[in-house]
Amino acid sequence: MIRRFDTGGAPHFPPQTTVRGVMLQVIYALLPGVIAHAWFFGPGIVVQILLACGFALLFEALCLTIRRRPLKLFLSDFSAPLTALLFALCLPPLAPWWIALVGMFFAIVIAKHVFGGLGHNLFNPAMVGYVVVLISFPQFMTAWLPALELASWTPTLGQVLSTIATGHPPGGLAWDAITGATPLDTIRTSVATGKMISEARLAPIFGDFGGLGWEWIANWYALGGLWLLWRRIISWQVPVTMIGSVVLLGLAAYLADPGSNPAPLQHVFSGALVVGAFFIATDPVSGCASPRGRLIFGAGVGIITLAIRRWGAYPDGVAFAVLLMNMLAPLIDRYTRPRIFGHPA
Amino acid sequence: MFRDPKDQAKLAGVTLHHFHGGLQLRHNKRVSCELPIERAAPPERFYVPLLQHSGQEARPIVAAGQHVLKGEAIACFEHLGSGCLHAPASGTVSAIGTHPISHPSGFDGRCVVIEPDGLNQWTELHPVDNWQQADPDDLRQVIRSAGIVGLGGAVFPTAHKVDEASRRGIHTLILNGAECEPYISCDEMLMREQPASIILGARILQRAVGARRTVIAIEDQMGAVHQALQHALLESDAAEIDIVKVTTIYPEGGEKQLIQVLTGLEVPSGGRPTDLGLLCQNVATATAVARAVTEGKPLVERVVTVTGSGVRRPRNLLAPIGTPISVLVEQSDGYTDDAARLVLGGPMMGYALASDANPVIKAANCILVLSMDEIRPPQPEMPCIRCGECARVCPAVLQPQQLQWTVRHGLWDESVSAGLADCIECGCCDYVCPSHIPLVEWFRHGKSELRRLEAEHLAADSARQRFEAREARLDRLKQERRRRMEEKKRALGEGQEKQKRIADAIERARSRRQENP
Amino acid sequence: MFTAVILFTVLGSLLGLGLGWAAQKFRVETDPVVDRIDAILPQTQCGQCDYPGCRPYAEAIASGEAPINQCPPGGEAGIRALADLLGVEPLPLNPDNGQEQPRRVAVIDESACIGCTLCIQACPVDAILGAAKRMHTVIEAECTGCDLCLPPCPVDCIAMVPRQSPWAWPRPGQNTRLGASANSMPVQAGGG
Repeated sequence: MIRRFDTGGAPHFPPQTTVRGVMLQVIYALLPGVIAHAWFFGPGIVVQILLACGFALLFEALCLTIRRRPLKLFLSDFSAPLTALLFALCLPPLAPWWIALVGMFFAIVIAKHVFGGLGHNLFNPAMVGYVVVLISFPQFMTAWLPALELASWTPTLGQVLSTIATGHPPGGLAWDAITGATPLDTIRTSVATGKMISEARLAPIFGDFGGLGWEWIANWYALGGLWLLWRRIISWQVPVTMIGSVVLLGLAAYLADPGSNPAPLQHVFSGALVVGAFFIATDPVSGCASPRGRLIFGAGVGIITLAIRRWGAYPDGVAFAVLLMNMLAPLIDRYTRPRIFGHPA
Repeated sequence: MFRDPKDQAKLAGVTLHHFHGGLQLRHNKRVSCELPIERAAPPERFYVPLLQHSGQEARPIVAAGQHVLKGEAIACFEHLGSGCLHAPASGTVSAIGTHPISHPSGFDGRCVVIEPDGLNQWTELHPVDNWQQADPDDLRQVIRSAGIVGLGGAVFPTAHKVDEASRRGIHTLILNGAECEPYISCDEMLMREQPASIILGARILQRAVGARRTVIAIEDQMGAVHQALQHALLESDAAEIDIVKVTTIYPEGGEKQLIQVLTGLEVPSGGRPTDLGLLCQNVATATAVARAVTEGKPLVERVVTVTGSGVRRPRNLLAPIGTPISVLVEQSDGYTDDAARLVLGGPMMGYALASDANPVIKAANCILVLSMDEIRPPQPEMPCIRCGECARVCPAVLQPQQLQWTVRHGLWDESVSAGLADCIECGCCDYVCPSHIPLVEWFRHGKSELRRLEAEHLAADSARQRFEAREARLDRLKQERRRRMEEKKRALGEGQEKQKRIADAIERARSRRQENP
Repeated sequence: MFTAVILFTVLGSLLGLGLGWAAQKFRVETDPVVDRIDAILPQTQCGQCDYPGCRPYAEAIASGEAPINQCPPGGEAGIRALADLLGVEPLPLNPDNGQEQPRRVAVIDESACIGCTLCIQACPVDAILGAAKRMHTVIEAECTGCDLCLPPCPVDCIAMVPRQSPWAWPRPGQNTRLGASANSMPVQAGGG
């Protein structure tokens, strides 16, 4: 009696990981930082995340339909929500709803699908979205709330929602009254006005070594990032070289001129450096593939971030640094291919 | 430190090195090692395929209706100087017909079908009298005519390998007992039960190739094997044989990876271990060599692991070549209810068969029946997200994500420079890919295409040469003809002489025509 | 404003000079383009491109006299390769020159062959073995499938059959003949 079987290709082992699984783990790793963010700065950030996710999925579905790709498969791979989450974390909590709309349009439609969809984007989609809204809507993108414990006015959830929905602060308050400078803003203006950084650091918005609230958020992001490292979702090269180059160069600058250069730890724990190091610059699609390439990539992002912080027009340079290095990533990959087994050195 | 890699290779096994990448896999071997090796039950018919490795079919030298004895040669290969196929049992050749041949393509092929008479009568055997004094050439000749091929899965003709090895000079023989693929335990059981035969095979091979030393590599989780081999080593008076334990990581048993672990050297791309003065043979091949030399028996059977959650009682069976797989499964108490896929080989590199009518071939180290849970559920493939996991685990230090891009889009030059030819098809990259891209299938396809394009290029070059040669020849003939005409015209002379010659020629022709109407 | 203009002019000139120098310094020596075109053409020597052989066609392409889409044996893949090489747009195969077909070889029916040598003289790559009043046979390995031997044969004893290529691993996702099949393995029997 002959028994027949269906056939299939080797290997005949069940798959271990899925794209969905990878994306979900990155989202889980971001959650502690998100919670810390909401703790220090209020519920606005959660609203932004939800808005961005909604728009992201909407645009993703639209593009997939136009491109005639399987809808369910790609919508459930969690890559769009992850992009939305990373984008939303860069937004001020009270940003109007159309910021998320514009940002997600540029992130999902332009940066991702126009280039070919999942796995084909040349630039980091979240950063593309962020940079577009940053340059287009400067007044909304600089309307940062001070930490809840420092704020003179803390909005309720209803006020948060109404501000986001209408784009106007509630109760006739002016934007100037409710927003404050971030630590990086403060450093920049102090240096511009000739004040010493050590003086500026006395302001209450500076915490122990970063900004009040911001340093804790960075800590939690770092924890999430270390968990991702342990799970082998990301590799160590980019975070180590990115933070390492900032520390080394920051140290050199600080020792040379402590008056106008902040301490290295200040650099590390302010702005988007930690979240950038573990979550943004490690985006596998737009980054480098080879280990040596990743070292160069991470160092490049760190150096360019420092340069923009010191001499550029924006207080934080992580997003621009990442996009600039994305441009160089294919070239770096080409020249850092590891030597194949059995080939001459 | 060493100027010549061969000097470093001479210290094989002294210190252990690492190879890049690799995977820790669950073994699933213990269950098939619980029972000792047993002889397979005789089937109704043996189907010995004439095509048992890549390239050309063997030519049958028996005809339907002929009676054959066990071990009698039934087919010969013409190329690569390799040996023959032999009858697995005594009986009658009932046909030379078409039948499934356990080939990855799934196509049927020609087989010699033998109906056994149950007597199991061996043909006339010619063992070598005193192999310790025998000429190495004679030993290699015995290996050739016994039809021995590499039994680790590559089925490369052993005679060709040892011939080349002895020509180039080998200082160390490596016996590969590092059976690394999950589920497969035939080598392990063989080493546990017949360690003396392996030591004997090692010594004979050592003499046949002129090696000074042998290293037997086993995995470090094979405790019983180590004991058995040590014991057998002490009992024999073998000198210069070392047993080395290597770490259990897939694909440690790959020839190139094993050499890298034992010596720290890399076999050059496109080269062979003989370039480093090393020869690698599987332990089962060594046993076959021992049997051929000391008992005169050709290769007619091999140990096959029948395992997987799709068979009721996994075990190892000593099966004659040509036994249908269904017979082996029956002896393992049959299929379980959820048997879903039949694989020849291991779960990483084996290929699926469409029916159990397929016979045991020389390459069949394992018959793996997997249940639906164990095999890959058909998942839609997603685009590559460039996570880099594949490159992290690749033992050949390739970039599989880049390779699959170039193969998929037919960028053959880039494939070659990205190292497609160096891929050992181990399946590590496939196993870790979150997008479930069938990388091994792509690379196997890519290599096939490269071979085809290479063959086409060679054919085109040959056609171009022949065309140009023909043009040159036709040109030359034309020139010669023109020269001859000119000479004739000159010889004709001028004016009066010319007229006279023409008139004479016409007269000659007329008279000849009158003579022969 | 002037400084900006001057600065950009100077920068542009410097960069332009730099590019020019780099083009010289890093130039890679390559074969003449005719050889590279000829290497892509399939060497069938059939004449379907309206040129007497692959080399004349290659020369015509190089001189711009002929378009790249006149070679049926090269097919789509060949046209694309030529387009890549020359940096032009690929064109669809010109149907006036013929259709792309799978590779074929000529087979002589030996029972009908009269030994006239007309096909031997016609074959552009000398792939037919034979002599006057002796049996003619096609050397399968050398036959390019150009069809030029068919017209001259006075007894029409030559047939074109598909060339058997050895089995190759298929592209993933394509259903190959996996399963019990009546098809036999496409192999060449050894020896015999």
